[in-house]
Amino acid sequence: MTHVLVVDDEPNILLSLEFLMQQAGFEVSTAADGETALERINQNCPDLLLLDISLPGISGFEVLETLRSAPRTRRLPIIMLTAHGREVEKEKGMALGADDYVTKPFSTQQLVERVRQLLDETQPPTADV
Amino acid sequence: MNRELTVLAFAFGYLAILFLIAAWANRRAEQGRSVINSSLVYTLSIAVYCTAWTFYGSVGRATDSGPSFLLIYLGPTLAMLLGWYMIRKMVRIARAQRITSIADFISARYGKSGFLAALVTLIAILAIMPYIALQLKAITISHAVLTGYPSLPDTGANSLFTLDQTFWVALVLALFIILFGTRHLDASERHEGMVAAIAFESIVKLMAFLAVGLFVVFWLYQGPGDLLQQAAAHPSLINSMGLDQVPGGVTGWVGTLLLATLAFITLPRQFQVLVVENVDERHLKRASWMFPLYLLIINLFVIPIAFAGVLLGETGQSPDSFVLTLPLAAGQNTLALLVFIGGLAAATGMVIVETIALSTMVSNHLVMPLLLKSRWLHLDPLRDISRWVLNIRRIAILLILLLGYAYHVLVGDAYSLVTIGLVSFAAVAQFAPSLLLGLYWREAKRLGAAIGLIGGILVWAWTLLIPGFVLSGWIDSQLIEKGPWGIEWLRPYALMGLEGWDIYTHSLFWSLTVNVGLLLFVSLFTRQSQLEQTQAAIFTAALRSDVMQTPVWQGQATRGEIYQLLSRYLGAAASQQIFTRVDAHPPTSEDITPAPSRLISQAEQALTGALGSTSARVLMNSVVRGEALDLEAVLSILDTTTQTLEYNRRLEQKSTELAQIGEELKAANTRLRELDKLKDEFIAMVSHELRTPLTSIRAFAEILRDNQGASPEQQAHFLSIIVKESERLSRLIEEILDLARLESGRMQLNPQRIDFNQLAKDSVDALTRLFEEHQVQLEQQLPNQEAWVMADPDRLQQVIINLLENARKFADPKAPQVVLSLFQDKESWVLTVEDNGAGIPTQEREKVFEKFHQIQQRQTSGDNQSRPKGTGLGLPISRGIIEHQKGQLQVEDPHQLSGARLVVRLPCATAPLDETSPAG
Repeated sequence: MTHVLVVDDEPNILLSLEFLMQQAGFEVSTAADGETALERINQNCPDLLLLDISLPGISGFEVLETLRSAPRTRRLPIIMLTAHGREVEKEKGMALGADDYVTKPFSTQQLVERVRQLLDETQPPTADV
Repeated sequence: MNRELTVLAFAFGYLAILFLIAAWANRRAEQGRSVINSSLVYTLSIAVYCTAWTFYGSVGRATDSGPSFLLIYLGPTLAMLLGWYMIRKMVRIARAQRITSIADFISARYGKSGFLAALVTLIAILAIMPYIALQLKAITISHAVLTGYPSLPDTGANSLFTLDQTFWVALVLALFIILFGTRHLDASERHEGMVAAIAFESIVKLMAFLAVGLFVVFWLYQGPGDLLQQAAAHPSLINSMGLDQVPGGVTGWVGTLLLATLAFITLPRQFQVLVVENVDERHLKRASWMFPLYLLIINLFVIPIAFAGVLLGETGQSPDSFVLTLPLAAGQNTLALLVFIGGLAAATGMVIVETIALSTMVSNHLVMPLLLKSRWLHLDPLRDISRWVLNIRRIAILLILLLGYAYHVLVGDAYSLVTIGLVSFAAVAQFAPSLLLGLYWREAKRLGAAIGLIGGILVWAWTLLIPGFVLSGWIDSQLIEKGPWGIEWLRPYALMGLEGWDIYTHSLFWSLTVNVGLLLFVSLFTRQSQLEQTQAAIFTAALRSDVMQTPVWQGQATRGEIYQLLSRYLGAAASQQIFTRVDAHPPTSEDITPAPSRLISQAEQALTGALGSTSARVLMNSVVRGEALDLEAVLSILDTTTQTLEYNRRLEQKSTELAQIGEELKAANTRLRELDKLKDEFIAMVSHELRTPLTSIRAFAEILRDNQGASPEQQAHFLSIIVKESERLSRLIEEILDLARLESGRMQLNPQRIDFNQLAKDSVDALTRLFEEHQVQLEQQLPNQEAWVMADPDRLQQVIINLLENARKFADPKAPQVVLSLFQDKESWVLTVEDNGAGIPTQEREKVFEKFHQIQQRQTSGDNQSRPKGTGLGLPISRGIIEHQKGQLQVEDPHQLSGARLVVRLPCATAPLDETSPAG
């Protein structure tokens, strides 16, 4: 089953995302901050990452940078989530190697679609691993 | 006769050596290798103070009046040690104004007054006459003792003056000084040769005196102990050295000391060597201790010689001759000859400097002004006048010495050597008031100085000079005993009935009192001319470096005119030198380009150096059209300098200010940037804070809408989340609006007189349940009285609740504690809320009042779980509310618990008239 890791510091948002991903048929794990997220990824690398930018401690950008510099996670599909509506942040995230970018508040349907789309693009043949 | 010839040969030989030294020094000076540019030579030249009077007279005075002779040397010691600063001022003035003598100096100070210069010159001649007579007498007597011993010298003046030795001594000295001192007219009026010769003479007299002293103590006696022992056998001898032997007692001491101190500066020859001949004012500082040392050494053997002379008995002859008779009695003729040469050195040194100084004064201040006034000099402008000036000086030298001789003949025997000296001292001391007051008191005026001088010298003449004639038998002694026409209070030695003082102190007291009194009195009631004002200003401010460089001419003359004038008085070569010093252009008589004021000033200085300030001023006025600068002009020049300085200072200040403003601007700019960044951050923050609950609401709303397999429990939970987040959103929006209203000043406040105490209780009541839920221990320290303040009750309660909520949130989670207190502090009611949490670090205390500070904190610190959440707007809003009601909200050091302590201060309001009206 495709494994999605959701990272957000707002418990309610985390809960909604977890529910949405489960409903979409993914195996979901959660983390409320950057460090926990990196730990989880280290133990069990997910197939996709939903990553909030404003996190306590290590920010989402730092997590993204760390992941992109490690060979194992260089190609890990990552969708950034942000409550800041600014273009600069989006550009920064893309420059750092995010695959997609979703602004809060988001449409639940759209989010699920984008997750699926990204998974299709990056994992064609071995989808059933 | 043979002995006579030997003595004469030695005397003339000595004079020849002096002449050679002077010539050598002059040549060295011309080559630019001055021998007198040394503090040692300067000191030795000042030692011209020690004349034949010291050489022979000190022993005499010690024998007659005990240690009082020491006062004559203590005075100069004091003047040099304590007064060198004042002497330096005179040196500086004399240098800048080309002062040639004390008469010139005083005249220059009082507006280059010709009358004053002539007056000082006349007084100087009158005063110095006895002094020169003293030297002549000393030379004659010492010569007589040396050649006639053991028979007593015949000191009486011979009725036929051509047979009188003293006459010939005077004549020889006059010729010698004419050859020696008036070879050419020098624009600078410095006498290098003379100074060198005088310094040499000071060595000779010191050596001779030390020689005779050592001879007496170690040859005639077995050391000082032996001499004292032998003297002790004569109690009267030892007693004569007691301090009580000083004439006039304590007043005598003070009087003689003052007399010597003043005379040391005002004697024309002392002024000459001390001030006029000073090459470098730095020499003065070393001389200030070297000269007193010289005086000490030369006085070392005075008392031993006096003792030995008295012990010698009859063969010792007069005490004034002990230094000669002691070696002669022991058969030491060579030593006696050396002593004679030493005495000659002491006498000639004084006579040379004194007559040169006096002759300069006579020619510059008496004769030249008269000649310049007469018309024929103007009729023949091309005549070489410098030769005239020299001849006038030569005649003056001759006349001065002959006057000295005349005094010697008339009064000579009445007073002893020391007595004659003190008479002169008292006369020259009359220069002191106008000289010294003029240096420091700008209001001292010409007429005051002149009248003071005249008054002082008249009193001197009455109390010292005329009694001398009485003692010589020229005037009836009734004058001293009964007073003129029997008027007792006019008795010369007891003026106004002042008796019991020694005659010098008595004379000094009255003459200086009259002198100073008249100077002060007349100065206060007369006015200064412009030139005098200028000079007074320059003299009193002489130690200011800019004063002396001030050119004081604003008149106009052509270069040719100035050149003609200078070359007439100084010769072509010297004149050309002056011109080339000012600018590079060589002058011609036909040059009609205007002379710069600096050149005019230089020309006047050069003429002043040769002719004195009065004559120079007259000459300059003859060619320069327009007057010298008046006081205002000089002061304005000085002011300009001061103004420039002031301007520079202000400029500096302005640039500092500018730099400061620049800094401030930079800071303001930074602050603006910061504010701009803060605004951006605020918007981002608001956006983030609004989007976050909105995200949850939308997400769960969509989930419920799509109804994708959520259990009923889940659905209920999601709905409750939607409600909570909506509340959060409304609260946030409310707070943001509050903040916007506060910042724009549009917050509607309804201030009224309320009881702060009641309001605090109400707030606690509202939160009781919440506190209990979280098991927070809340302690209330509220007063038993109403706490009246002016405030909006709802808003104030909002603040109190916010503070209590914060305290609850931040208190130690294990055993949360909060203390609420209210008390009066001076004019304020103070409400504090304290918790036992981690507290707020000092550097964070102001930041907690920044918007969204809490959120920023949370994001950077990372302890998401442990930190309670809030909007981050509570404290900024609370502060805004409190400040809008003229109060303060701040974080302070904890008092009772370990955590944060937030303090609200509101000014006390008066109690309402109607006590029953409810509040809050």
